[in-house]
Order: sequence, then structure tokens, then C-alpha cells
Amino acid sequence: MNTVGHNVRKVDGVKLVTGRPAFTDDIHIPGMLIGKILPSPHAHARIRHIDTTKAKALPGVHAVLTYKDVPRVPHTTAGQAWPEPSPYDTYLLDSKVRFVGDRVAAVAAESRAIAEKALRLIEVEYDVLPAVLDIEKAMAPGAPVIHDEPDSTKIYDARRNIAGYILREIGSVEEGFREADLILEREFRTGRQQHCPLEPHVTIAWLDADGRLVIRSSTQVPYHARRQCAMILQIPVSRIHVIKPRIGGGFGGKQEMLLEDICGALTLAARRPVKIEYTREEEFYMARSRHPQILRMKMGAMRDGTIVASQLTVLATTGAYGSHSTTVQGNTGSKVLPLYRAPHMRFECHVVYTNAPVAGAFRGYGCPQGFFAQETLVDEIARELRIDPVEFHRKNVIRLGDIDRLSAQLGEGREGLPRHIRSCGLPECIDRGAAAIEWHRSPDLCGSSHLKRGRGMACTMQGSGIAGIDWASAFLKMNEDGSFFLQVGASDVGAGADTVLAQIAAETLGVSLDKIVITSGDTDVTPFDVGAYASSTTIISGGAVKKAAEKVRAQVLAVAAKMLDTTPDKLAVGDNQVFTICECAKSVSMSDLALHAMYKEKLQIMDGASHFNTDSPPPFCATFAEVEVDTQTGHIRVLHLVTAVDPGTAINPMQAEGQVEGAVAQGLGYALTEELVLDDAGRPLNPNFRDYKIFTAKDMPKLTTILVETDEPLGPYGAKSVSEVPINGPAPAIANAIFDAIGVRFRKLPIRPEDVLREVGRTPSSARDPLVALFPLSSSQSL
Amino acid sequence: MKNMELRLKLNGEPRHWTIAPGDLLLDVLRREGCYGVKRGCEKGECGACTVLVNGKAIDSCLMFAAQAEGCEVTTIEGLADGDTLHPLQEAFLDHGAVQCGFCTGGMILNAKALLDRNPHPTEQEVREVMAGNYCRCTGYKKPVEAVLAAAAPRKAAHR
Repeated sequence: MNTVGHNVRKVDGVKLVTGRPAFTDDIHIPGMLIGKILPSPHAHARIRHIDTTKAKALPGVHAVLTYKDVPRVPHTTAGQAWPEPSPYDTYLLDSKVRFVGDRVAAVAAESRAIAEKALRLIEVEYDVLPAVLDIEKAMAPGAPVIHDEPDSTKIYDARRNIAGYILREIGSVEEGFREADLILEREFRTGRQQHCPLEPHVTIAWLDADGRLVIRSSTQVPYHARRQCAMILQIPVSRIHVIKPRIGGGFGGKQEMLLEDICGALTLAARRPVKIEYTREEEFYMARSRHPQILRMKMGAMRDGTIVASQLTVLATTGAYGSHSTTVQGNTGSKVLPLYRAPHMRFECHVVYTNAPVAGAFRGYGCPQGFFAQETLVDEIARELRIDPVEFHRKNVIRLGDIDRLSAQLGEGREGLPRHIRSCGLPECIDRGAAAIEWHRSPDLCGSSHLKRGRGMACTMQGSGIAGIDWASAFLKMNEDGSFFLQVGASDVGAGADTVLAQIAAETLGVSLDKIVITSGDTDVTPFDVGAYASSTTIISGGAVKKAAEKVRAQVLAVAAKMLDTTPDKLAVGDNQVFTICECAKSVSMSDLALHAMYKEKLQIMDGASHFNTDSPPPFCATFAEVEVDTQTGHIRVLHLVTAVDPGTAINPMQAEGQVEGAVAQGLGYALTEELVLDDAGRPLNPNFRDYKIFTAKDMPKLTTILVETDEPLGPYGAKSVSEVPINGPAPAIANAIFDAIGVRFRKLPIRPEDVLREVGRTPSSARDPLVALFPLSSSQSL
Repeated sequence: MKNMELRLKLNGEPRHWTIAPGDLLLDVLRREGCYGVKRGCEKGECGACTVLVNGKAIDSCLMFAAQAEGCEVTTIEGLADGDTLHPLQEAFLDHGAVQCGFCTGGMILNAKALLDRNPHPTEQEVREVMAGNYCRCTGYKKPVEAVLAAAAPRKAAHR
């Protein structure tokens, strides 16, 4: 391999390190207005009266929109393939608001100051309604009904605030638990994490010379955004052009049609270009977050450590709207439980509405919650059985040749497809990770009685694209200098997709990387792609690129065969030329060939291809953490975090490592510091970087990243995926390491110093198992 | 409020702008085409808007443009010498330290200010300084490696 598998520089790197204008907001359009959204101050209210007269009269204001001015089209903001499995419960603007931050009105004005003043001039009278913020009270009889409107669809049970419900079972857990020697059942809780992309959501819209609506947006899903905007604004898809420039991080938060619709509506109303850019504060509560969950997990194991049954029961909240509600939670079961070969599995989940900020897609997509529960419980079972957690994992994890039958039952909001394990580097991930953290070394003595050290581990997996649903296409054409234009609908949001896709094209065409010029994510220019999510880009979009490149290579070889007076089967590409594979050693350079094709043969060498998979090969990961807990202050310091990942082939190992390290940093925050906190009225208390702590360079532990490469038959050049799976491991590995250090189990994220202090203050017996009293175990617990 | 005149040196070139007294340096620089200066939080927390003012790394969202009167301001656009990238820019590319690139400009300028006053920092010193640049993509490992790598050859190259 000349390009694939090499640490090439990022193809868009130079413009990024030199600060050239590449992002959504890095353009100036004459006459551009600033759009602002009036957020609801109430968690739940009906708009009794709204008067925009004063706002409209303010000089410099060009449009003010309320629910009275826009079409009422039920939809979901989730950027998913049509037909979206998420409920259609959202409206461009509505007469009812359902969380603090919900849209009340929108304005477009000549400056931000005027727009902000106009918002203050909008007179709104609310009928404030009782709100429900507690996830456990949302389904209770008498709870306020959040979606009482008649026109929303696909809600599981609107009267009980249930957005979605899932129940799947393979085998019989009842039978499995009867067989088990040990059964443990525990409850876990996870927090509301926010994506915090350094670039907040921003959209600029304008009408082009033909009157078409151009939407330049920080999105992971340009094609879905186009389709959704067409439906919401009631204009044809052909009249919308969505452009995805460089994106300043997405992590799932931009797998959402969030500002494109309202920015488009303001543009159509004002007939002027409009920009809407969230402030950091708005990004925290008016964008999306990770679904908070309460998970009850029960596992049964035999004395020898064989897991026989696992049961996960989840209560999750999607906030005020059901974006990604059933699909995220479906993953909590379908990608988590099958990590182990238990014959009996059961997953049940209610996803409820609350009057809280809206949850959505977030790197890991339901798996971080599920693996926190499963891997913490597995650690507890292993220790109860006096089996080394490393051994326990080795014994139970899914293997090459296995078929995950839960995935067949539980797909993207509907039945799925069985998952065949055709590549699996997990045993090696466990071995190499354990070696890197020195698992069998006895713990360091810190020389101080209040500093306790411990180590913990977790195993996790994910998917690579959504089986049978995610698809992508690519188009290639040759230029007369022997270079190629590669056009892909795939959306590089910073993770390096453009580079990886260009590497696949270069490798297949036998040219150097500089001969590939890539354009991505422009609905007028590039062919379709579902977008950047579900760890799909490398395997699905990469598969499309490889297919397109193979078709173009065949055309190249046909021309070369004529030029070299031979047949295509005697030719190969490489080194920017086509050469014979016989002794005659003839060759033609790609540039000579291209000139010949264009001006002698009158032929544009070009072709495209579409690609999808009917399976979603899981990447695997073993995470190991070493922590130091200060029992006087409660401070938890992660000393070393080892992540060993099987991504299939790493198309660009350096970039793959970067994906691991970035995911781990977010996973550390999820474990220890990050949670958007709401007060009793549903108002965010910490929507800023001072009070919502993400890890900085000086907070990070030592990171060790190990790539355990395998060869996946379904992936281009053997690749699977890498960007999501490493985020799942830090929280359970750290929780297990904390237990190893101080003997206390933490089952709620994030684990804060005050939690540690509270627990170490208790008596040793209650400290070891604070939840036993709350959730009595089944009688078969004893060995 | 009346507009005012601002004279400064931007990336080595004298500039003369008319500004409002309350204009932030961040907004004026972006208005004048320095889009490499990024708006991440407007509260001096994330460091995406970092520029050098008389060689010191500052958050341009926390400084009035008027305060830059007579100063030398360097933005990320001014770091390369024509097509020749600064060693820090080269190192960031070679070490895979760039992902989305939104925080990169601020990070590189902050690192430059550090290396100008301390040409051979320890890893801990780099991490302390770069704690002022939030990054959500990289986990900081490769950016820190890039800064340390850029620091090493600078001695030989006298840059």
C-alpha cells in the first residue's frame, strides 16, 4: 500500500493552520442580517398573546416571525435517513413552548444589537403550565402532557409522555437467571453532557441570483437538512442548496437540522441574507445534549464466570422533543448487551418527554450510558466471583465467527439485521491494554495514607454505519494533468474524512495523494451521502469511493491499453502511471494518458458509485484506567488511560489515534466533570465553560493509544470505524479503578469529589455497597 | 457614541481603521478579514480568539479594539512567511495535531508566545499554557507533542 495505512498530512490541513477562511462564518455577504431567536423563559407554557408591533417598528429590523407567520409542519430535527424513526413532534415555531430555550419568535435585523433589542420589544403573555422535569415522574398519572397537540405523529404514547418504547428478548432471561449461580442487579444514572463543539451552531442563508435558497451551515447532514428544510418551508428540494464548509466539530450535535429551517424562513421573509449563530450559552441549552438515563442492569453468571443472562431496563429522557429518542436508546441495548455471549438477553426501555433541553445524537449514541452500567456491573461480578476482570472479559466477550442476534431484532427504530463478527481484535486489545497499564503490577504506594491508587478496565464495541440504511455515493473525474476530482456527499466535520477518502481514491487509482482534489458535502455539487454519523464515513462513504475509483481505474486502463497496444488485464496502476505487468515494461504517465483521453479520444474519464452494507461490523475497544483518589478532598486524578482499539485497518493511523484521544477526552469529562445542571424551573445553571468543565491540556492524564489492526471483509481496505467506540470506556474503567482504590462503587455520572467525600465518610460496609439497601437482590445472589 | 480612529500594525502592515469605542478586538479583526480569529465563547474561556498583541497571547474577545492603538497585532494569518509555514504550523500538520482546526490558530499563537519566551519548555509547561486553549477534538496529546517537536529544532534553526 502506498497511501492507505500511511500517516499522511490532512488534505485540508494547510488552510486550517494558516487560518484561511474555511468555516461557515468566514464569509461576508453584503446586506447580511443577523438573526436571533427569542428563547422561552418557561419550561412549559402556552403563548396566550404575542405582539411584534414594536419589534417590527424598530429601525433596522427586517423580519419578525412567530408561529402565526410560518407553515405548521410536524417534523423531527433529527438528521436521519427518510423516513426518520424519530417522532414528528416539532414545529418551526409553535404556540406552545416546552422547555426553557424553546423557540418563541425569531427576528432578523441589521446588527446583533438591533436584533437583541427587537427581541426585548416582542410582547409575550404566557399561560404558564405545570412542568415535569423529573424523569421518573414523567409517566406518572396526572403528569402534565407535553405533547398534547393533535398533529404530531409517531409518538409512542403522547398522553403518558412516552416518546418511544422498546422491548426485545432473545432466549429467556427468566430461564437464564434460574440457571445462574450469582445474580447481581444494580441501578445506574447518567448525566446530561453537552457536545461543546468549539464552533457553536451557525447558519447563513441567502437567495442566489436564481432565487434559490442557499444554506451554508455547520452541519453533519447537508442532504438531510435540505430534505427537511424543503418539507418545513414548503419549497421544492430543487430550490435549496446546502453547503457544508469546514466544520468546527460536531460530535453528533450537528446531526440535527437545528438552525437551517428558521434561518431559511427569515431569509425568505426578509429577502436578505441572514446569519444565525448561537452564543456559547445558547449552544449549551438551545442545541442538543446526551440523553440522561436511569439504567437498571441485572446479570447472571455461573460460578466459573460464564455470563448466562443479562437484562437491561432503561428509563431515558429525550427532553421536550423526541429527536433521536428511540434510536439512541435502542443502541443502549443493541450495541451493549451483545458484547457478551450470554444466550439470554432482554432489553426494555421507555424514552420519556420532560420539559428539559432536548437530547439528541452524541458520539457513542446511547452506548456510553449502557456500557457504564454493564462494565461496572461486570467488574463487580468478576470480583464477587474472585476472577480477575481481565480473565472474566476474555472468557465472555464476543468472538470471531459469532452472530449477534439482538441486532437482528433491534435496528434503527425497527427490526434490524443480524451482526456477523468477521473481524475481532478484542482479545489482543485486552492483552495489550493490560500490558500497557501493567495490570498485574501491585498498586503503587503513594507514601501518603489519604492518596489511594487503583486500576480498572472496560470492554466496549460500537458499529460501523447503520446496517441496511446508511448509504453513500462518490463521483470521480480525471483532469488533463492526470489529477482527479473526487466529489463525495460525506461530511468531514473535522475528524479527517476528506483525507481518508482521498487516501482510498489515491490508493485505488495508483496516484499520489496530491493528485486527488476532494469536494465534500455540497448538495449542488456532490452526490448523496447520509452524512457524518453512526461511525459510517470510512466504511460506507469509503466503500463508495473505492467502488467509484475501481470503475474509473477500468476506464483508465482501457485508454492505456490502446496507447500501449495491449489489453487492460496486462496493466496495473501505480506511481502516477499505468504500466504493463509483463517483461516488455511499457508505461504511460497519468498526465499523458489524460491528455490523450481528452483530446484524442474525446473522452471524459469519469464515473460514480453508490454503496451500502447489510451489516455493521463492530470496532472493539479495551480501556484501562489508573486513578489516584484523595480521600481528604475527594479529588479523583486519572494518572494513566490506556485505550486499545480494533478499527479494522487504520487508513491513516495518526488520524485514527487522534480520534481515540479526542473521544477519550470527552469520555473523561463524561465520567468526572461534565453535566448541564437545571434548576427546579428547568433553567440551566451552568451554560458556560467556567461552570461546565471540559478537560483542558493540563487536566489530561497520560494517554496511551494502541491500534490493534484487523482486516474487515466488509470495509474498504479492511477498515471499520474508530471515532465513537473509545468514548464508551473511560467512565466504567474509571469507576472500576476508583473501586479498586477505595472500595466504593459509584453508579452515577459524573463522579464528583463531593460524591467521593460523602461515600468515604460512611462506614466501610455501607460504603462498599450503598445501593444494596435500595434495590434488594434476588434470592439467588449467594454463591 | 462617536466613532474613533485606530492605528496599529497588523501582521507587520500598518493599518488605519474607523471603529466604535465599544468594538471588541475580535469583532474588528474578523470584520477586517482575519477570519482565522475564531469566536468560541466571547468570555475569555476557550482561547479560540487568541491573538498576539506586542508578542503576548491575549483573548481578543476580552480586549477593546481601541486598546490595541499603536500595538503590533499578530493573527494566525500572519504567522507563515509567504508559502513557508512557521515550524509550529509544520509540526501541527506532521503530528496530526489538527482535527477540525477551529481552535488551532489560537493554540499555535499561544504556543508561539510560549516558545518566544521559553524556547525549550517542559511538557508540563506546555500543558499549563495550553490549558487556555480548549479543544474538543484532539485530547491535546498531539498538539502538545507538536509544540514540543517545534521547540526542539528552533534552537538549531535560530527561528
